[in-house]
Amino acid sequence: MFKILEKQEIAPNIYKMAIEAPRVARSAQPGQFVIVRVGDKGERVPLTISDYDKERGSVTIVTQTIGVSTKKICALNEGEYLHAFAGPLGLPSEFIKEDIEELRKKRILFVAGGVGAAPVYPQVKWLHENGVEADVIVGAKSGEMLIMEDELRAVAGNLYIATDDGSVGFHGLVTNLIADLIENQGKVYDEVIAIGPMIMMKFVTLTTKKYNIKTIVSLNTLMVDGTGMCGACRVTVGGKTLFACVDGPEFDGHLVDFDEAMRRQGMYKSLEARANEHADHTCKIGLGK
Amino acid sequence: MANKIPRVPVREQDAKVRATNFEEVCYGYNIEEAQLEASRCLTCKNPKCVDMCPVSIDIPSFIDEVAKGNFAEAASIIARDSSLPSVCGRVCPQEVQCEGACILGIKKEPVAIGKLERFVGDWSIENGGVKCEKAPDNGYKVAIVGSGPAGLACASDLAKLGYGVKIFEALHKVGGVLEYGIPEFRLPKDKIVAKEVENVKRLGVEIETDTIVGRTVTIDELIDDEGYGAVFVGSGAGLPKFMGINGENYNGVVSANEFLTRANLMKAYDDEYDTPIYVGNRVVVIGGGNVAMDAVRTAKRLGADAHIVYRRSEAELPARVEEVHHAKEEGINFQMLTNPIEVIGDEKGWVKSIKCVQMELGEPDASGRRSPVVVAGSEFEIECDVVIMALGTSPNPLIVSTTEGLDANRWGCLVANEETGATTRPGIFAGGDVVTGAATVILAMGAGRKAAKAIDEYIRNK
Repeated sequence: MFKILEKQEIAPNIYKMAIEAPRVARSAQPGQFVIVRVGDKGERVPLTISDYDKERGSVTIVTQTIGVSTKKICALNEGEYLHAFAGPLGLPSEFIKEDIEELRKKRILFVAGGVGAAPVYPQVKWLHENGVEADVIVGAKSGEMLIMEDELRAVAGNLYIATDDGSVGFHGLVTNLIADLIENQGKVYDEVIAIGPMIMMKFVTLTTKKYNIKTIVSLNTLMVDGTGMCGACRVTVGGKTLFACVDGPEFDGHLVDFDEAMRRQGMYKSLEARANEHADHTCKIGLGK
Repeated sequence: MANKIPRVPVREQDAKVRATNFEEVCYGYNIEEAQLEASRCLTCKNPKCVDMCPVSIDIPSFIDEVAKGNFAEAASIIARDSSLPSVCGRVCPQEVQCEGACILGIKKEPVAIGKLERFVGDWSIENGGVKCEKAPDNGYKVAIVGSGPAGLACASDLAKLGYGVKIFEALHKVGGVLEYGIPEFRLPKDKIVAKEVENVKRLGVEIETDTIVGRTVTIDELIDDEGYGAVFVGSGAGLPKFMGINGENYNGVVSANEFLTRANLMKAYDDEYDTPIYVGNRVVVIGGGNVAMDAVRTAKRLGADAHIVYRRSEAELPARVEEVHHAKEEGINFQMLTNPIEVIGDEKGWVKSIKCVQMELGEPDASGRRSPVVVAGSEFEIECDVVIMALGTSPNPLIVSTTEGLDANRWGCLVANEETGATTRPGIFAGGDVVTGAATVILAMGAGRKAAKAIDEYIRNK
């Protein structure tokens, strides 16, 4: 059992929780995820790590209520417990192994969409702590749905905001903003790291392909165990089948077959919809429109 | 004459009924049946059955106690060598082990050793568990990676010797393949697995779940920071294999590991549980081993028209005869000498059929089995909406990749001494599927016991 130390609603239906998990906190690195389980009948849900405090022994996750399980997670309060909190899983971000001097010369742009801002944060923070200033684009449907702005501003080089409705920052999609930065603002990037909904990552990779910028994506596929056992997370990368849980979750975005990944992500949609039937969720991120 | 009595048949759930539920297939013996069957044992002076038991249970002695009605004594005799009699009585391939060596089997049917072991284990569970002698705490700690059969056996033996033992389990439930792999209808989880795990805990063994060794904590951290004097790796063979044919990533193609983990570990067959499982109308399971049988019988119980597709003939099926027999009774269709070459999908990317070729048996291969050869021009399609790949598994590379000096062979199996489980790193021992590749529960337990003995010697000589 893993205690919820803090809980905060950071946007409508999006919650940030700090979980007491000393072993996970001690081993966590940027880019990794955890498997969370609520109740003794709950699913194993993969969630990216959005922060960790090794001294306090806590790990932070950000969850948006989308399905039955994420709703159950978000319904828990401070002082209550998660049944499972296993990790850190997956490979850490590649850059943590790079030569730090080489890394400092690199011009890196992070592109976060929706709750993707959460897993972007520990990466930008790690780089900042190691003397690398990376630029960050955070995209959201509206200003109201924008998350982690202050945290990211504290560790990013330049922080750019894009909203679909133009209520805050750049009016448009993150892909439009990438093009604007490069074409109109004279920005040059050696690497892009994009984390967000599958469809956003697909279009970011199409955009960066045009500019020939290496792009890393973090794939939020279906998973059961998260340790390499089930293969539910199979993705095709460069023509090869890989497991997002153990070979990823980060991959070279230009090699990922996104259409297949999105199709596979929807494999249990009809079953989920049935489970969700009586739930009162209204989608605020534009899905199902 | 004791051996004039025919082998006592075991009662089973009706095939038509059980094909629609997850209740156990076999009911096991009641007291009268068990005592009658036990009375058939000749109590050989030189018992061949014991030699064939990978954990060397004193079979004639426990059976003798069953015959006399001393069930608690029978349980204590088994407990000296195994903490999992109810599990092993259900899933061991007795026909090629103890029962295969039974003298009675030469002219008649062997003693039903497995069913008797199961009876004793179940009796013991119902009567509050078994008492087991345990040496006083010797002050040394041993870490066990994985709570499957190998880890549980190793942990039990070390705890009996007085070691402080802690098992680290990656999943949220204890038992490894007993939990995620073997279905409820063959091995009940709460009623049997959890109870026998309690036997192990009663010996003082601690179990920490949700801890992935290699990720949450490394073996080196366990040794250097947490003071474990030795580590036993029994992490199993959990990585599924796929065929590498076209269309394998269509929606509806899953590994047997995924299908069974959803059904067994996550109890997706029960509406009260959140994890979904997709069964479709027509399921094709590729493979002929015990895992393939478990998957196809699970699919059948979930309402599918369920088929086995296997490239050799029935004689070569690696599954236990009993499992194949049960599957057939339940209405599973067996399509032998058939090999898939491509999964065909519909316009939305879901499986709609599987393209196969007919095979015929050629010359025996290195394993002695006749290898299948493609019949030219025999391509045909089998319509289906789910394809389950049950092609075997290999060890997870996580521990090797995070532990310096620990060698694996080209199949990813840990290199370990067969007698001691000693790996290429002093102080680290291994056994079970992580060393042999996918095998049986009992072989893993045997390896765990050998390693426990070697770990004891290693620590005492340190």
